[in-house]
Amino acid sequence: MYYFKRILALVPLLLVISLLAFVLVRVAPGGPFDKERAPASPEVERALKAKYRLDQPLWKQYVLYLGDLARGDLGPSMKYRHHSVGDIIKQALPATLMLGCLSFGFALGVGIPLGFATAARKGQWVDYGGSLLALVGICVPAFVIGPLLVMSFAIKLKWFPVALWGSPLNAVLPTLALGLFYSGRIARLMREGMLGVLGEPYIMTARAKGLTERVVLFKHALRPAILPVISYAGPMLADLLTGSFVIENLFQIPGIGVFMVTSSQNKDYPMVVGLVLLYALLLLVLNLAVDFLYSRLDPQVKYE
Amino acid sequence: MNHALALDADARSQSPGQLAWLRFCKNRLALVSGWTLLALVLLILIGPALIAYEPNALSENQFAAPSAAHWLGTDDHGRDLLVRVLYGARISLLVGLVGAGVSLIIGVLWGAVAGYAGGRVDNAMMRTVDVLYSLPSIVFVIVLITTLEALFKNWLAGMGSTALASASRLLLLFVGLGAVSWLTMARIVRGQVLSLRKKAFIEAGHALGISNTRILLRHILPNVTGVVIVYLALTIPSIILYESFLSYLGLGIQPPQASLGSLIAAGAGQINPIRIYWWMIVFPAGFLGLTLLALNFFGDGLRDALDPKSE
Repeated sequence: MYYFKRILALVPLLLVISLLAFVLVRVAPGGPFDKERAPASPEVERALKAKYRLDQPLWKQYVLYLGDLARGDLGPSMKYRHHSVGDIIKQALPATLMLGCLSFGFALGVGIPLGFATAARKGQWVDYGGSLLALVGICVPAFVIGPLLVMSFAIKLKWFPVALWGSPLNAVLPTLALGLFYSGRIARLMREGMLGVLGEPYIMTARAKGLTERVVLFKHALRPAILPVISYAGPMLADLLTGSFVIENLFQIPGIGVFMVTSSQNKDYPMVVGLVLLYALLLLVLNLAVDFLYSRLDPQVKYE
Repeated sequence: MNHALALDADARSQSPGQLAWLRFCKNRLALVSGWTLLALVLLILIGPALIAYEPNALSENQFAAPSAAHWLGTDDHGRDLLVRVLYGARISLLVGLVGAGVSLIIGVLWGAVAGYAGGRVDNAMMRTVDVLYSLPSIVFVIVLITTLEALFKNWLAGMGSTALASASRLLLLFVGLGAVSWLTMARIVRGQVLSLRKKAFIEAGHALGISNTRILLRHILPNVTGVVIVYLALTIPSIILYESFLSYLGLGIQPPQASLGSLIAAGAGQINPIRIYWWMIVFPAGFLGLTLLALNFFGDGLRDALDPKSE
């Protein structure tokens, strides 16, 4: 019931966001047809404006847009004339999703064991080495690590292709570039979580009753220690999905990130609003998923 | 924590400020970060004066590897990379500081008014923050920057001044980045104010007939300074990161001016299979990484020192 309410609450939120994006892109001077190669005659321009409803008052444009939206139509792109926004997103989304999910898997797959190991061997060289690695990951943003990876692994060593998308080999460098920062964050969260849990009295009890260190760590400490990681995982996945444009740009991956930048510069109104809505929906749904998962894992968390 | 125990012994004789300072000094990582930051700032401020090259002076000596003449090499237009990195870092830090300042003003005012007014006003203001929170901030910043840019251009054209054009870019970044970074600050300040306004000394203020504005400004806001400083320190690196991200995409600082982000972008643009100009990426990237790292640890150290409850 609680989650049903939460899902219902998404609707007004998305409406407000769409209104905000709708107004914000249209407030800016300059229109989507300013950069046409040949200056259009007044009649042509009027016809274009009529076609995209730009000749009507703002509130009416928005109401009509909402009508289309209710039918699942995000409208036509004003830049890519023969495509609808829905089509473009449908075509470009898989690459972005794929890249985001791969990096997500990479961040968790590297971060959790690294954090676990550094906490379990606190004060030993594993801890220092691992923590240093996590630090380096955190302080180097993706658009810095990307070119460095291309330079060393693609150009110098020729192990991986420089750019483009398609084969599994293509995916390696972008995944690394995007995921490295987050794996560092996860490792730190996991380490802090584990250290916090290992100081609890019940861990002492578990040790006192003669359980092996292995059982103590994996069976008693792991589950509560992983909670901070889970609450970070939702925003992280959202970040990975929405923040991949630099990596898409660098590796020439045909994802939606490329459109976000170009369409907001080209004043491609429906495209911008559609993408903002898509990103907001992703973020909201992921946050909801995190809350749900949290209540499952931590019996103390209860929502009304 | 064990050092907290050690501090307890002489806690009675010291002010909260002294205690915070002691806690900060016990945190070796934060202390090292603080010194590193100081060194970086001095380098940025004094460095360019000691170098014989101008940041925008072109020369024939293109793509020169690091040498005694050009310590960090030169770029695609034969400009000295060291002086460009230092100037770029100036711009990046400036944007970080002023952007964080803008976010501080919006966030503190918003949070304080919401928390102090309470009730319906609070509800409406905090729902707004929730809505903005659910917008992906990178996307929001891109839309905001492109919108503001067009508005700025019109405005400047109306004033008939072209000299302001390069400064307008900076102004745009200050406003745009500040406008998307104030949300956490607003939430934190509101929480603090909400608990403060029930305190007895505020009741006393009301009883004495002090105006609401005066209570808010003179009696409540000074009490949230610690938390505000902490989040200010943590906002600066995130704004620097945003700025370099935008500059990398070509939406930030415009050439010939440079920031660390646009320098990295320029270096990345020169990647080709024939020759590798590694210095054009490695040095600006290293400088950015070091700055962000130091700022983040400094901020974390401040948080642990000023806000002991957060641990």
